[in-house]
Amino acid sequence: MKAVRWYGKGDVRVEDVPEPKIVNPRDAIVRVTSTAICGSDLHLYGGYVPTMMKGDILGHEFMGEVVEVGAAITTLKVGDRVVVPFPIACGRCWFCEQQLFSACDNSNPNAWVLEAMYGYSGAGIFGYSHMYGGYAGGQAEYVRVPFADVGPFKVPSTLSDEQVLFLTDIFPTGYMAAENCDIKPGDTVAVWGCGPVGLFAIKSAQLLGAGRVIALDRFPERMRLAREWGAETVDYSDVDDAFDNLKEMTGGRGPDCCIDAVGMEAHGRTLDAWYDRFKQAARLELDRAHALRQALHSCRKGGTVSIPGVYGGFIDKVPFGAAFGKGLTLKMGQTHVHKYLPQLLERIEKGDVDPTKIITHRGTLDDAPRFYEIFRNKQDECVKCVLTTG
Amino acid sequence: MIEATTPPPSAANPNVSNPERWLSVVAGTAVAAYGLTRRSVSGLVLAALGGGLVLRGATGQCPVYNSLGISTATDGEGDQVSVPYGRGIRVEKSVTINAPPEQLYTFWRNFENLPRFMDHVKSVSVLDDKRSHWVAKGPAGSDAEWDAEIINEIPNELIGWRSVNGSQVDNAGSVHFTPSIGGRGTVVKVVLRYDPPAGVVGATIAKLFGQDPAHQVMEDLRTFKQLMEAGEIPRVMV
Repeated sequence: MKAVRWYGKGDVRVEDVPEPKIVNPRDAIVRVTSTAICGSDLHLYGGYVPTMMKGDILGHEFMGEVVEVGAAITTLKVGDRVVVPFPIACGRCWFCEQQLFSACDNSNPNAWVLEAMYGYSGAGIFGYSHMYGGYAGGQAEYVRVPFADVGPFKVPSTLSDEQVLFLTDIFPTGYMAAENCDIKPGDTVAVWGCGPVGLFAIKSAQLLGAGRVIALDRFPERMRLAREWGAETVDYSDVDDAFDNLKEMTGGRGPDCCIDAVGMEAHGRTLDAWYDRFKQAARLELDRAHALRQALHSCRKGGTVSIPGVYGGFIDKVPFGAAFGKGLTLKMGQTHVHKYLPQLLERIEKGDVDPTKIITHRGTLDDAPRFYEIFRNKQDECVKCVLTTG
Repeated sequence: MIEATTPPPSAANPNVSNPERWLSVVAGTAVAAYGLTRRSVSGLVLAALGGGLVLRGATGQCPVYNSLGISTATDGEGDQVSVPYGRGIRVEKSVTINAPPEQLYTFWRNFENLPRFMDHVKSVSVLDDKRSHWVAKGPAGSDAEWDAEIINEIPNELIGWRSVNGSQVDNAGSVHFTPSIGGRGTVVKVVLRYDPPAGVVGATIAKLFGQDPAHQVMEDLRTFKQLMEAGEIPRVMV
């Protein structure tokens, strides 16, 4: 079968690989119909995530048709059309019982690696390095789905692939980011980054009752989408100081909630952004935290900073004093996709959200290398790439 | 953690076991030969180190062991202990499992289940109510075999065992099933002591090559948890 494989920094290839097989009784094999490239795949593409190995199959946003099920699977049958959450969850450990699915205790075969780094290990993730389990990803014609009685969700035939594909990651991720803000009616929410997750955070903040959403970015096409979803936009490359701007826009108080939908590869114009670029290039720092610093600095006293953007290691010069001094609440982490998926599917069915709006590039698996490149370089007004297998 | 326990030192007699003496000679020769080919100061230091190992093997006297008060030489201790005090390696690890003690104990007590989650154990055959025969993966592709007997048992709480005389790998251990605080399931703790064939030095060398027994026990316990909670062991096809 065809699969998109990682070979190193800026090097992905479409190659022929053996098809996956059922390994455990709770497995299923899904024939992928549509898959997407995630912003967090760009962290792999950029070589920022350790424990990737040459030949690893990428992709954690995918959906398709069940073609085979393991002996213990009774909830799915061959022919079912499903979307598959990106974290792999056993459904039976204490964390899954608390609906903390991305913190599953049992789905990461290489848990000891993350334990050494983080104290405890999170769930395994499709196509996202060996410290997250080394599972083959979904940018392929077929994928093996472990714990298939927990992960895959059936979707109605009335909805197209493009309408439901983003339930696998970015819609729930944007939604959890907004829910983590504990939005009160009328709150002002500032969102750093108008990429796919930022856009869904903007939409979700409004669904959850925000009075105003202010979005920061520098790419016109992304800010245009943000405005179409109801946000006011600030071009940070155009203003002298994002903090002053936000302060002014909020009557001197600051945003009630700030969402960092950028993560470890932030760009910026200020001194600290260049400092990060230098340290990251010299391998002294894994993450560039410019957006996070600005969010912590800009948030109002007693406000909440929610972080759906991915960070991997140690970050430098974080204004923790500001977070403490203003009594901020910080919330973050990998998305508990399984928890949010059913209600968000309902939102799509009701027409509250049209996820297809953010898709700018459509192709097949063969287009993956080119799409990775233009997505990373933000060329051709690229916001979101969807690949079909035909 | 690997820790060598300390007996009274024996100055005049050999304090290194026979297999370990051979290992010393072989490893020492290799290190010395490599060091001599380097033609550098660091090479000379390596050569001297290798020479020391050869001497240690030839004489059966280890100055490091002496100063640490360790002896791995056979000293005819009583037959009542599988791993005599002052010898071998002790590992203690625990894991919390989202299941009641009865369920975990029952699964474990059926020893023939153990190879399902103990990576290095190839098979366990139950001989009678107390005794079982174990086959484990040994170093360099060899197998190690021994008979074990239960020496202490409280249903749903603990199982203690030891290897019987004539074992290839003398070992003793216990597994404890304790309800965790706040209804968080069961803490399963394993305490294991064993006398590796190549001695503590051999085990330390093994650790350098990724065969750390503490890590091994921890991974086995994690696999036990996965099997008990999720009903299967997450694996990735290679």
